[in-house]
Amino acid sequence: MALDAKSPGGPIESRWDRARFEMKLVNPANKRKHTIIVVGTGLAGASAAASLGELGYKVKSFCFQDSPRRAHSIAAQGGINAAKNYPNDGDSVFRLFYDTVKGGDFRARESNVYRLAHNSVSIIDQCVAQGVPFAREYGGTLSNRSFGGAQVSRTFYARGQTGQQLLLGAYQALERQVEAGQVEMFPRREMLDLVVIDGAARGIVTRNLVTGQLEHHVADAVVLGTGGYGNVYYLSTNAKGSNCTAIWRAHKRGAYFANPCFTQIHPTCIPVSGDYQSKLTLMSESLRNDGRIWVPKTPGDKRRPEAIPEQDRDYYLEQKYPSFGNLVPRDVASRNAKLVCDQGRGVGPGGLGVYLDLSDAIRRLGEDKIRERYGNLFEMYERITGDDPYKTPMRIYPAIHYTMGGLWVDYYLMSTIPGLFVIGEANFSDHGANRLGASALMQGLSDGYFILPYTVGNYLAQAKPAPADLSHPAFHEAEANVRSITERLMSIEGSRSVDSFHRELGKIVWDNCGMSRNAHDLERAIGKIRELRQEYWQNVRVLGAADDLNQSLEKAGRVADFFELSELMCRDALERNESCGGHFREEYQTPDGEARRNDDEFSYVAAWQYQGDGAPHALHKEPLEFEYVHPSQRSYK
Amino acid sequence: MKLILHIWRQKNAASAGRMVRYEAGDLNADMSMLEALDVLNERLIEKGEEPVAFEHDCREGICGSCGFMINGVAHGPQRLTTTCQLTLRHFKDGDELYLEPWRAKAFPVLKDLIVDRSAFDRIIAAGGYISVPTGSAPDGNAIPVPKDKADRAMDAAACIGCGACVAACPNAAAALFTGAKITHLGLLPQGEPERHERALNMVAQWNLEGFGSCTNLGECEAACPKGIRLEVIAHMNRDYLAASCRRR
Ligand SMILES: Cc1cc2nc3c(=O)[nH]c(=O)nc-3n(C[C@H](O)[C@H](O)[C@H](O)COP(=O)(O)OP(=O)(O)OC[C@H]3O[C@@H](n4cnc5c(N)ncnc54)[C@H](O)[C@@H]3O)c2cc1C
Ligand code: SF4
Ligand code: FES
Repeated sequence: MALDAKSPGGPIESRWDRARFEMKLVNPANKRKHTIIVVGTGLAGASAAASLGELGYKVKSFCFQDSPRRAHSIAAQGGINAAKNYPNDGDSVFRLFYDTVKGGDFRARESNVYRLAHNSVSIIDQCVAQGVPFAREYGGTLSNRSFGGAQVSRTFYARGQTGQQLLLGAYQALERQVEAGQVEMFPRREMLDLVVIDGAARGIVTRNLVTGQLEHHVADAVVLGTGGYGNVYYLSTNAKGSNCTAIWRAHKRGAYFANPCFTQIHPTCIPVSGDYQSKLTLMSESLRNDGRIWVPKTPGDKRRPEAIPEQDRDYYLEQKYPSFGNLVPRDVASRNAKLVCDQGRGVGPGGLGVYLDLSDAIRRLGEDKIRERYGNLFEMYERITGDDPYKTPMRIYPAIHYTMGGLWVDYYLMSTIPGLFVIGEANFSDHGANRLGASALMQGLSDGYFILPYTVGNYLAQAKPAPADLSHPAFHEAEANVRSITERLMSIEGSRSVDSFHRELGKIVWDNCGMSRNAHDLERAIGKIRELRQEYWQNVRVLGAADDLNQSLEKAGRVADFFELSELMCRDALERNESCGGHFREEYQTPDGEARRNDDEFSYVAAWQYQGDGAPHALHKEPLEFEYVHPSQRSYK
Repeated sequence: MKLILHIWRQKNAASAGRMVRYEAGDLNADMSMLEALDVLNERLIEKGEEPVAFEHDCREGICGSCGFMINGVAHGPQRLTTTCQLTLRHFKDGDELYLEPWRAKAFPVLKDLIVDRSAFDRIIAAGGYISVPTGSAPDGNAIPVPKDKADRAMDAAACIGCGACVAACPNAAAALFTGAKITHLGLLPQGEPERHERALNMVAQWNLEGFGSCTNLGECEAACPKGIRLEVIAHMNRDYLAASCRRR
């Protein structure tokens, strides 16, 4: 199948306007005759479900948590970008577009990114009107800060809880539609299969996580806003339940998976402290605005940080990248942290850490100002590590944080299965090979509030889905598929827990398809993943019953999917013989150790097609063209 | 480090539960309470016993999923801390802990330490929002909001919906939770038009859900991991009263 991104042509500034004008509309009176399934209640899913409900569609909304308000978006700390140019510092839609394309290392679609930057402005308006308590200046206007390497202040924030506040805004809009009868809410449900009828997405099979019942839901279109797959690494900054099951199972029904190896390692997380560790905690990178990153100059310097004098410290980012300093993009900051640790200059237990030091800023601005900016982050750090960051520098280390890869979608956010739309972190669009800070929240809300509500209508008006109901054999086939996976998992009765496998798998992926990669290790990793997967299906132990609340069974299904996805990630990383963004292939670097892209051969989106269990995936390429931002070597020196 | 854990085990909503004693070894002070349960669960699985079910997701104190009573205290002994962020540094080797689910009529137990908190969603659905359909918003800076109001709104908006306030309250009232949302939205000019209706509808739903009434005992404030203050209840009462007078 040829991959048609359906990007509209013409001047980039007017593409989205034109596309909207050319879209077919659903007559207002007919909207209520259409049912739309929205899986996921994060920023993307909740904003989409609420907006579709407001338009008059019948919406069914699903999440695996006990409440839609707990979707993982709640944990985002730092902020959300928008090209408002309130600070009058030269920002514009074009500049945000430019920065995002460049930051993504020229592996994103220009049309999509421009639209994202364009929508950013309306997102802030919408959220303010919903009552999101963004930070304000004394005059009552909205406050901005610069974030994650941007040279303008375009990030809006609500203390260190921006994701929480934006999500609560969307959640409240969603609950308003629940009350109005437009949205039916199904919490504690896990989507375990997609139902495809006559080539189009027409429903899902879910497991009721309290009773274990398998349930069928039919609709005219299905939207997945199920988040990222960072938990394939086991240790990540994602919530424990974040998973790839919904998108992976849709992938097995025909949706192509794009750029699976593009994963983002966040430079500022609290380092691992022991094998029991269940997750990694992010320290918002806004701390890099006022913090300085350093390690001792000499390997093995065991003095306390306060006892190490200036001349014995290496502020390696400031040294190497004088113009961006501590604010270089995430991939660059992470890789350099790994580099200094590999040189034996890392700090803390195991030598896997670098200092993030705010003492200069505390001296300059005073403790009160710092408390106001970062108080809750400092508290969190102290709670976890027992150290007081007002007195001693924090220790940080990179951790997996975000997945740029995801299901392939066209400009209209539709996957390769007609009627299946994918939004938020679950799709691959907009961020290319590296996401800029404060851009995921923007993308989730742009997709959900301002794109999907139009494009779903356009699809329905054109496709005119024929009536379908639950009696269709495709539902029974999908349920039988789910049932057989469950029965297999429960019947193995082996000797190892699901978590022990997940931990081991995560380590393989982190070591070989993490911060830096090479062909030899990737090949080996594929072998190891296959072996472990085989053992999994012979030796995992899932206790309890299938028709009961059973957290081990939930995890077992997710880990089974992570096994398959991780292999595809390695394949994708192996296929991409270049370094770009978060994908650093050791064989492809400049003499001074920076990533070397290969635009002649790899300026494309890699979209993988599932061809059956055991059969190799087929690779399809969507070529990328850059008309406005000309590919250049990223340089932050 | 070792802990003696007495944990509430209950198969499902329909069956009766009981406390079961476990000796949890191989722990250390840097672990969180939930990681200690992970370790215990690994041991249980090895022995072929069903692991303890408990709710959790973010494990960083923001999603509001986690929470149970630890020796009768919601979220345990450290103030302003959710169960997932409570480290074992707060306990001594050999301590004996009693872990039980939130107890409230409006929060029925589903299994072990997991309760059903969907009543909270219904309280929000009853009015915890500002009615502004997508697309109909004015420019973000069109309506200035004084910084102190924005800050106080943010203080109230920090609620994570965990339910500890209900669990801590002898009446199992939902006052702190409901008051937090009414205060957050009511302080902002954007929330003004629906301020009175909101208070009436949310409080009415709270009563319908079977939560008790607030008698100003203040236990909720002490238990709240996000530092929501009793002031929000006073704020709610003012709005509610004003609204009731207007109705009459
Ligand atoms: C710690 C942290 C901090 C971050 N900070 C920032 C920041 O400051 N700025 C920024 O822009 N971005 C930030 N990000 C990234 C950003 O938060 C996420 O990319 C974004 O919130 C994802 O939103 P989403 O709606 O796509 O998915 P999510 O919020 O992850 O929601 C997924 C939803 O899908 C549901 N779901 C998943 N699988 C299933 C299934 N099988 N069946 C049913 N339901 C399912 C879940 O229940 C949930 O409702 C941060 C991320 C992390 C981890
Ligand atoms: S008010 Fe506090 S204790 Fe109650 S639900 Fe909110 S955060 Fe939890
Ligand atoms: S697990 Fe999210 S608050 Fe504790």
